[in-house]
Amino acid sequence: MLKFTEEHEWLKVEDGVATVGITEHAAGQLGDLVFVELPEAGATFAKGDSAATVESVKAASDVYCPLDGEIIEVNQAIVDDPSLVNGDPHGAAWFFKLKLADPRSADGLLDEAAYKELVG
Amino acid sequence: MEPISHLNHTPLHPLHLSLGARMVPFAGYEMPVQYPEGVLKEHLHTRSAAGLFDVSHMGQVVIRPKSGRVADAALALEKLVPVDVLALAEGRQRYGLFTNPEGGILDDLMIANRGDHLFLVVNAACKEADFAHLKDGLGDSCDVTMLDDRALVALQGPRAEAVLCELWADVASMRFMDVAEADLHDVTCIISRSGYTGEDGFEISIPAASAVDVTERLLEHPDVLAIGLGARDSLRLEAGLCLYGNDIDTGTTPIEAALEWAIQKSRRTGGERAGSFPGADRILAELAGGTKRRRVGLKPEGRAPVRGGVQLFADANGAVPVGSVTSGGFGPSVDCPVAMGYVDAAKAENGTQLFAEVRGKYLPVAVAALPFVKQTYKR
Repeated sequence: MLKFTEEHEWLKVEDGVATVGITEHAAGQLGDLVFVELPEAGATFAKGDSAATVESVKAASDVYCPLDGEIIEVNQAIVDDPSLVNGDPHGAAWFFKLKLADPRSADGLLDEAAYKELVG
Repeated sequence: MEPISHLNHTPLHPLHLSLGARMVPFAGYEMPVQYPEGVLKEHLHTRSAAGLFDVSHMGQVVIRPKSGRVADAALALEKLVPVDVLALAEGRQRYGLFTNPEGGILDDLMIANRGDHLFLVVNAACKEADFAHLKDGLGDSCDVTMLDDRALVALQGPRAEAVLCELWADVASMRFMDVAEADLHDVTCIISRSGYTGEDGFEISIPAASAVDVTERLLEHPDVLAIGLGARDSLRLEAGLCLYGNDIDTGTTPIEAALEWAIQKSRRTGGERAGSFPGADRILAELAGGTKRRRVGLKPEGRAPVRGGVQLFADANGAVPVGSVTSGGFGPSVDCPVAMGYVDAAKAENGTQLFAEVRGKYLPVAVAALPFVKQTYKR
């Protein structure tokens, strides 16, 4: 199940675990990334908390936790090479895997058609 | 999004739109922050080839002495700046500062001797105040005119000379900080060999009606790319150059800002025209006795950018504050974060380790020499 947030994150949900990244639209708006900071595995976040930070030459931006849950894995590859986020935002450049506090909570997020309408 | 229809446009505004620029409000103008290539590639292109910047939002001011003697204009301007303007030869330019009676900096500017008048370039956000300040200070002896009918573009980078040579061969004989008049494509322009990137390059003042034509001719060259304000900021930061409003303002003095090199000997204690500029008592005392804080370069040890406003500490627990960052970001050419800021004089020595508070963590940064990149001015 592929879901999206209005804060331009995508979530691929399998067995109560969401793999989370930022959308191609968001990556394009941010420009070339030069720094990524990820949370630690084991950290818990509420929906809307700042879970990660991305920085371009110009500015820093927060990546928000899309739902309540616990971080169970992070993608070190994007820390080592932030340009991956611009190159493959929906694939290799996932940010973290989130064990959802409520597996059904993702149902309320945007589907792909609704997100596409949001970003025009 | 905030409506930006009330903003001024430079003569190159239609060109920016046709190039696909992302436009943002800046100092009362709608300006290109980046083009489709993006800040990172624009920055690197400027250092490897040539970048073209629209800086028409800046103020271009002519000071014409009523006596006809440019020395009278120079002496009048010296009442407002701690700079030796009188010794500035015809066809030469130098950096200057408007100071206030408290020794703070009202603006920084370029001053050129154009033979029968002085030509000034001042910051966009300050230009109305600077103009009023100049009329007030020099109006008795000089006619002060803001040139509203001219564009200003900067062509910067190692290929800038070769590119400009194709329109005007004599450009090769200019040295850093020379100013000359030239016909580009049959348009009379004022060219200075200077800029705001640390690279060799030129600033070209063009009559507004011909600005798009001349700029398009420069952009036709395969080595030239249009560069937005985003890369302009990262380029000047790597070059260690101050941004007025961030790194210097009315709350900082030239000596705190490590700009004493802009105060020539003749204006210092013991010089022929020592003092007699606003704030001279404080500024000359600081020149002799030092300041409590100094502007320094800062090099974060990790990969995380440390940006303007971040607080600096002597210790990793944030117990002993020693200053703050005024400009910071990522330097694409040095491939690491770079910053500058003000620290206590006792912590201003190169190599001193400090800690920057970023998102609740105390990241190690080292006081570092400016600039971060080698300047390639043609002296």
